[in-house]
Amino acid sequence: MAGKKKKEFEELRIGVFICDCGSNIAGHLDCKAVTEYAATLPGVVFAKENLYTCSEAGILEIQEAIKKHKLNRVVVASCSPRTHQPLFQNSCKSAGLNPYLFEMVNIRDQCSWVHMQDRENATRKAMDLVRMAVARAAFLEPQQDIESPLTPRVGVIGGGSAGLSAAEGLSRMGLEVVLVEKNKELGGLLRNLHKVAPEGVDASERLEGLIQDVSSRPNVKIFTGAELKSLDGYVGNYVMNIRDGEGQTVKESVGCLVIAIGAIPLVQKGLFGHDGKRVITQMELEPILKKGKFDAKRVVMIQCAGARGDERSYCSRICCMIAVKNAMFIKKLSPDTEIRILYRDMQMYGTEKEKMLWEARGEGIRFEVYDPAHPPEVGDKAVRLRQPLLGREIEFAYDLVVLSTPLVAREDASELSQLLRVPMDQNGFFLEAHAKLRPLDFAADGIFLAGSCRYPATYDEARSQGLGAAARVGTILFKDKLVTSAIVAEINPETCVGCMGCLQMCPYGAISYDQERKICQVNEILCKGCGCCAATCPSESASLRGFKPQQLMSQIRAVMEG
Amino acid sequence: MLDVGRHPNIKLMAYSEVEEVNGEVGNFRVKIKRKARYVNEDKCTGCGACSEKCPTVVPDAFNEGLSTRKAIYTWFAQGIPSTHTIDTEHCRQFQGKKCGICQKVCQADAVEYDQKDKFVELSVGAIVVATGYEVFNPNRIPEYGYKEIDNVVTAIEFERLLSASGPTGGHLYRPSDLKVKEEVPALEKSLKKLSKALERFEKKYGQKSEEFYKALGKEEQGNDPDKAKWAEAYEQKEEVSKRLSEYKAILEKMDVAKKLAFIQCVGSRDIRFYPFCSGYCCMHSIKEAIIANEHEPETNSVIFGMDIRAVGKGFEEYKIRGADHSSITYVRGRVAEIIQLPDKTPVVVYEDTMERVVREEPFDLVILATACVPNKGTKELAGILGIELDRFGFFRTTQANPVDTTRPGIFVCGCADSPMDIPESVAQASAAAARAAQVIVETEMKKAS
Ligand SMILES: Cc1cc2nc3c(=O)[nH]c(=O)nc-3n(C[C@H](O)[C@H](O)[C@H](O)COP(=O)(O)OP(=O)(O)OC[C@H]3O[C@@H](n4cnc5c(N)ncnc54)[C@H](O)[C@@H]3O)c2cc1C
Ligand SMILES: Cc1cc2nc3c(=O)[nH]c(=O)nc-3n(C[C@H](O)[C@H](O)[C@H](O)COP(=O)(O)OP(=O)(O)OC[C@H]3O[C@@H](n4cnc5c(N)ncnc54)[C@H](O)[C@@H]3O)c2cc1C
Ligand code: SF4
Ligand code: SF4
Ligand code: SF4
Ligand code: SF4
Repeated sequence: MAGKKKKEFEELRIGVFICDCGSNIAGHLDCKAVTEYAATLPGVVFAKENLYTCSEAGILEIQEAIKKHKLNRVVVASCSPRTHQPLFQNSCKSAGLNPYLFEMVNIRDQCSWVHMQDRENATRKAMDLVRMAVARAAFLEPQQDIESPLTPRVGVIGGGSAGLSAAEGLSRMGLEVVLVEKNKELGGLLRNLHKVAPEGVDASERLEGLIQDVSSRPNVKIFTGAELKSLDGYVGNYVMNIRDGEGQTVKESVGCLVIAIGAIPLVQKGLFGHDGKRVITQMELEPILKKGKFDAKRVVMIQCAGARGDERSYCSRICCMIAVKNAMFIKKLSPDTEIRILYRDMQMYGTEKEKMLWEARGEGIRFEVYDPAHPPEVGDKAVRLRQPLLGREIEFAYDLVVLSTPLVAREDASELSQLLRVPMDQNGFFLEAHAKLRPLDFAADGIFLAGSCRYPATYDEARSQGLGAAARVGTILFKDKLVTSAIVAEINPETCVGCMGCLQMCPYGAISYDQERKICQVNEILCKGCGCCAATCPSESASLRGFKPQQLMSQIRAVMEG
Repeated sequence: MLDVGRHPNIKLMAYSEVEEVNGEVGNFRVKIKRKARYVNEDKCTGCGACSEKCPTVVPDAFNEGLSTRKAIYTWFAQGIPSTHTIDTEHCRQFQGKKCGICQKVCQADAVEYDQKDKFVELSVGAIVVATGYEVFNPNRIPEYGYKEIDNVVTAIEFERLLSASGPTGGHLYRPSDLKVKEEVPALEKSLKKLSKALERFEKKYGQKSEEFYKALGKEEQGNDPDKAKWAEAYEQKEEVSKRLSEYKAILEKMDVAKKLAFIQCVGSRDIRFYPFCSGYCCMHSIKEAIIANEHEPETNSVIFGMDIRAVGKGFEEYKIRGADHSSITYVRGRVAEIIQLPDKTPVVVYEDTMERVVREEPFDLVILATACVPNKGTKELAGILGIELDRFGFFRTTQANPVDTTRPGIFVCGCADSPMDIPESVAQASAAAARAAQVIVETEMKKAS
C-alpha cells in the first residue's frame, strides 16, 4: 500500500461535524454540547455544529475545513449512513481526502429518535457514539477502490425461450453472446408443443422467428449439442470451458453468464395409472394434437398429478393453463368429445388465462373439484371421484386420461449448480438472490437466471425474464471497468495455517486454497466484505480492511471509557 | 428507491406528469409538467420542521385516511426525494387565510409560496411506462357494505393497520373502536363545557341542576328563556355523559381483532365488474393473515375464495404454512353479503359450496381483496403516448413481445401491463429496460453508420 509507511508518524487531524438536522436532531438532544465535547477528544482539531451538514452549505464547510485545517480524518454525526455516507465520502474525495478516511455516526435514528423523551441520555449517548467514531477514525487507513477490466461478452446456457430471448436482448444491446445448448437443436420445450396459449399461435411459428433472429446475428456464437464443463474466473472475467458438438473442449471468455436451462415435464410410470397410451401426460398429448386427428370421445384430465402433494409440494403454475388450452383444442378438433377437468384450484391467474377459463366453460368443458385427501382413482374403464360438492362417489368412463404433471427441475441442474457455485431451492430450481426484488440475479455477482429453471413459467414470462436478465447483465457490462469497494478481506500469508475455516464460511466463494503454499487466499473482486472469514480465522490471519482488530478494539475501548 | 434516488444516471422527477410526446423511436421529445411543490427541491433537506409546526391537519391518503398529516407534507417518511410539498387545497396560506408558519420555521429557506408549475422538455430515445394500477372501489358492491359497516376494510387499509409505522402502530384495533376512541376527547371537552355552564346556572339560582330539572317537570315550562337554556344544557349534559360512559365501556373492553375474514375476488373474476383475475390478491391475503397471527398468536383467519391462486415460487408452501401455523382456514365459496350486528360485529353470509349450505359467521374484522384495475389516468396517458389499450383497459402488449406497446420505442411493465405481483413486475421492468437499451444502442449505431 502506497503511503502506508509514512502513516504512523503522521499527526492526527480529525474534523468532527455534528448535524442538527434542523430540529430533527437538535430538537431532542444538545448538539452544541456534543460539539463542544467532540472538540476535547484526542486528535480532534476542529469541531463544528451544522444546521444541515448535508446541505450545500454544510458540504462546503467540510471541504473548506479539510483544506484550512489540514484535516486527515473526517467524522460526521448525523443521520443514516445508508442514505448519506456516499454523499459525504464523495465530498471528502473531491476535497482531496481519501474517502476511506471518513467515518459516520447515526445520532438521529440511534439517539434523537429512539430517546425522544430523554434529552439528557440522548445527548450522552450521542457523545459516546462520537467518541467511538473518533477513536476508530484515528486508526483508519486510506484505501483505493479495486478496479478490474470487464469482458463485454456473455455466456448464455440453454437455448429455449428464455435463453434465446436473453441472447437476442444481449446481442441487440451490442454485447457479444456465446450460446451453449445441450440439445442438437435450439428451442427447448416449445419445439414439441402444438399451440401456445393464450394467443393460440403455432409453437413452431413462435419459435422459428426467434431462432432465426438469434442465429442470424453476427455477434452471437452458438454451440449446440454442447455443454459447459467448468467455469474459471470471476465476475467480468470468466472463462467457460465448453465441450462442443464434436466433443472438443473450447475456451470462451465472458464477463457474465445467464442460466436458462429450463425444466422438464414430469413423466412417472404408474402415476394415476400412467401407461403412455390411455393414460398420458399433457406433454404427450401435444404431439397427438399437432397431428390434427383426435378420436377419443371421453376425456378426463387430472390436475396436480404429482404436484402439490407430499413428494412435491409446489404448484407448477402453468399446468392448469395447459390443460384448459388442450381441452379447448380437443373441442375444436372433435366438438362432441366430452371433457372433464378434475382440479383442486384452477390457476388461471391474470387477464388472458382467466378469460380462457370463462370460454372453456362456455364450450361445455366440465370442471369438477376434488379433495386431495380423496384423489381420483383411475380404473380400467372409468375414473372414480368422490365429489365433495355432492358428497358421494361418481364415475366418469373414459377413452383417454390426461395427467397435468408439473415441470420438475432437470437432474443435471445440480451439477451445473455446483459448477457455477450457485444455490438451488428444495425443489431443485435455482435460487435467486432475493425472491421479490432480485428475481433474475444470483447472489454471486455476474450470474443471472431466467425461465423455467428458476420456476415454471409461461412462454411470455420466460421471454420477459430472458430479456430482463439481459438488462441485468447490462448493469455490469455497460461500464468501462469494474469498480468495487476496497473494504475486502485480506489474509496474512505469514500466519495463515491453511485450516480452510474461512473458505468454508465465506458465503461468496471468495476464498481459495493455494495448494502450493498451503494457505488461503482472498479474491478481492468476489469478496463482499462481510467479515465472516475474519471472525472465523483461529490464527487471526484473516482480517477485513477498515474493520481490523485495532480499529474495532479502539471503538470498544472508547465506549468503555465513557 | 434509495438507489434510484442517488444513481448518477437517473434523473428523478417526482410530482410530475407527461403532457405531450412527439417524435419517434430513438428520438422522442417529451414535455413534462413539474407541478409546483411550493418548496424548493434543491434547498429542502427534508427535516420536517415545517410539517411539525404546520397548524393544518389533513387526513393522510398514504395511510388510507386512517391517520392524519399536515398541509405541508411528504407522501411517506422514506419517500424519495424527501422534499416536502404543500397541499394547496388545505394550506391556510393558499386558502387566503393568514399563516406563513412553514416559511418562518424553515431554516433552509426552502418554502416558496409563489412557485409556479414548470414545463421541461426532454429528448429521449425510448419510453418505459410503469404507471401501475389502482384498486377497485368496493362501494360498487353494496352487499359488502363497505363504508357503511365500520369493520369492513380493504386489503390496503388493512395493510396500513398492520404496519408498525401505520396509524395504530401495528395494533389491530377494529375501526369501529378506533372511531369511538377518537370521539372521546371531543365528548369530554363538551362535557366539561356543559358542566361549567351548569355551574354558572347553579351559582346564579342557588340550586343544583338536578333538583332544578326534577322540579321543572311540575312547574310551567319555557316561560323563562334563561331557565329553558339551563334545562337544555342539563339535558345535553346527561346525554353526553351517557354516551361517554357507553364509549368508555366499549373502550374498556376494546381488544385487538382476532377473528378475521378475508374475502377474495372483490371486483375480480366477476362479469359485473372485471372478468379477470388480479393474480396477487390470494397471496396478499395469506400474507396479511400470517402477519396478523404473528402480531397476535390468537388470531384466526378464514379466507373465502373460489380458488386460492398460490402460483408463484414458494407460494403453495406458504399457503400450507399459513394453515398449519397461522390458523388460516380456506373456504371455497363466494360471499353473498356482509351484515352488521348492533355491536358493530360484521357477519359474513356465504354459501359453503363444499357442504352446499348457506352459513352466517360473525368476525371481528372483514378484509376485502379488491381487484387490481387500470389507473384512472391510463386512458389519457394512452392518448398522450399514442399507444393502445387492451380489452381490459391495460396497455396492450403481445405474447411475442410482452413488454412492447403498440408504438415502437415505448415499453410497459408491471401492473400497467396487467395485474402481477412484485417479482413479476421487477422481472418485466428489467425486460423493459433491456428493450429500451436496445433502442438506444441501435439508434447510436444507425447514427454512426
Ligand atoms: C405440455 C406443455 C405445454 C405448454 N404450453 C404452453 C402454452 O400453451 N403457452 C405458454 O406460454 N407456455 C406453455 N408451456 C411452457 C413453455 O414450454 C415454457 O414456458 C418454456 O419452454 C420455458 O422456456 P425455458 O427457456 O425456460 O426452458 P426450456 O424451453 O425448457 O429450454 C431450456 C433449454 O436449455 C437446454 N439445456 C438444458 N440443460 C442444459 C445444459 N446443462 N447446458 C446447456 N443447455 C441446457 C435445453 O436443452 C433446452 O433447450 C408449456 C409447457 C409444457 C410442458
Ligand atoms: C393490498 C395489497 C398488498 C400487496 N402485497 C403484495 C405482496 O406482499 N407481494 C407482492 O409481490 N405484491 C403485492 N401486491 C402487488 C403489488 O402492489 C404490485 O405487484 C406492484 O405494486 C406493481 O408495481 P408497479 O410498479 O407495476 O405499480 P405501482 O406500484 O402501482 O406503481 C406505479 C407508480 O406510477 C405512478 N403513476 C401512476 N400514473 C402516473 C402518471 N400518469 N405519470 C407518472 N406517474 C404515474 C404511481 O403514482 C405509482 O407510484 C399487493 C397489492 C395490494 C393491493
Ligand atoms: S398449475 Fe394447476 S395443475 Fe399445475 S400444480 Fe398448480 S394447481 Fe396443479
Ligand atoms: S469478508 Fe466475507 S466475502 Fe470477503 S472473503 Fe471474507 S467471508 Fe468471503
Ligand atoms: S421545507 Fe424547510 S422545514 Fe420543511 S422539510 Fe424542507 S427544509 Fe425542512
Ligand atoms: S388472485 Fe385470488 S383473489 Fe385475486 S382475483 Fe385472482 S383468484 Fe381472486
